[in-house]
Amino acid sequence: MDRPERIYDDRTPGVEEHESTANILSYTVGLGLAIVATIASFVVSQTGLLWAPGIPVGLIVLAIAQIGVHLVFFLHLGSGADSTNNILALAFGVLVVFLVIGGSIWIITNINANSPMSMPMN
Amino acid sequence: MTAIDTVPAEVPTGQARGRGGGGPAPTRVVVAYGFWIFILSDMIMFAALFAAYAVLSGNTAGGPSGRELFNLRSVFIETMCLLLSSYTCGLGALSAERRQPARFFLFAALTFVLGGAFLLIECTEFAGMVARGAGPERSAFLSSFFTLVGTHGVHVTGGLLWLAYMVAQTMSKGLRASVLRRLLCWSLFWHALDIVWVGVLTLVYLMGVT
Repeated sequence: MDRPERIYDDRTPGVEEHESTANILSYTVGLGLAIVATIASFVVSQTGLLWAPGIPVGLIVLAIAQIGVHLVFFLHLGSGADSTNNILALAFGVLVVFLVIGGSIWIITNINANSPMSMPMN
Repeated sequence: MTAIDTVPAEVPTGQARGRGGGGPAPTRVVVAYGFWIFILSDMIMFAALFAAYAVLSGNTAGGPSGRELFNLRSVFIETMCLLLSSYTCGLGALSAERRQPARFFLFAALTFVLGGAFLLIECTEFAGMVARGAGPERSAFLSSFFTLVGTHGVHVTGGLLWLAYMVAQTMSKGLRASVLRRLLCWSLFWHALDIVWVGVLTLVYLMGVT
């Protein structure tokens, strides 16, 4: 029992509370990673680097990686217990976003396939 | 830095200790958390527009498709403008935190120029498409395209107006606590727009051309 119990302070998104010198570094690293991910997305979509049917999957993976970079380096969302509230709200938002987008695509594709009145998709 | 790792002899009353213990959190934390909830609800609105685009993107009604319309070079420049403006926005918020108004004004001006360049390129692109007869009324694909990308553009416009307003407030009131809280909300908003653009770039432009 050497270590005293840690006390958690509330954290707010967008702010790195400690080490303000590390902040410029954090933004610069984030910018570098985001630019790398963007260029990689353009390369993947424009060249035959990836097996053609895998290109959409590769693009989505790169986009999710870049969104993660933005959340961590620009919005400073940490994984620590201090930002539990912010992470929980984000998790709920992500859930709703995936339900709306995934559910719409799923349902409408089904309706398109099953509707006898539907015009052939061009 | 070590303060949060050790138990103080007596916990000051009225000071937040996380998870609601010890009284209300500082105003700054509460304000930013509330604004974070607003941003997430804005994301859900964008999700509905993304869903509409994903469902309708194939329905070109004999009109032009994304492959014929999108110019990836200008999209790349737009993306770099937004990314760099997010960077200068972060540095500007940092200068404001450190009470360096001159540096804050410099970074705010850079952010404004980069955001304005993004909007200019986007408006040129839209005007070119409408001039080619590929306006929002041409097909379901173009309706959903203009709605999704246009809503993002409106958000960027709002963000720029808000930035100009924040610069004016900083000039008249100085970097006091209430102004810093508004600046924090603005920087959250601007970073969030960048995240939406990552989705637009991938789903609309890159997948539309591939």
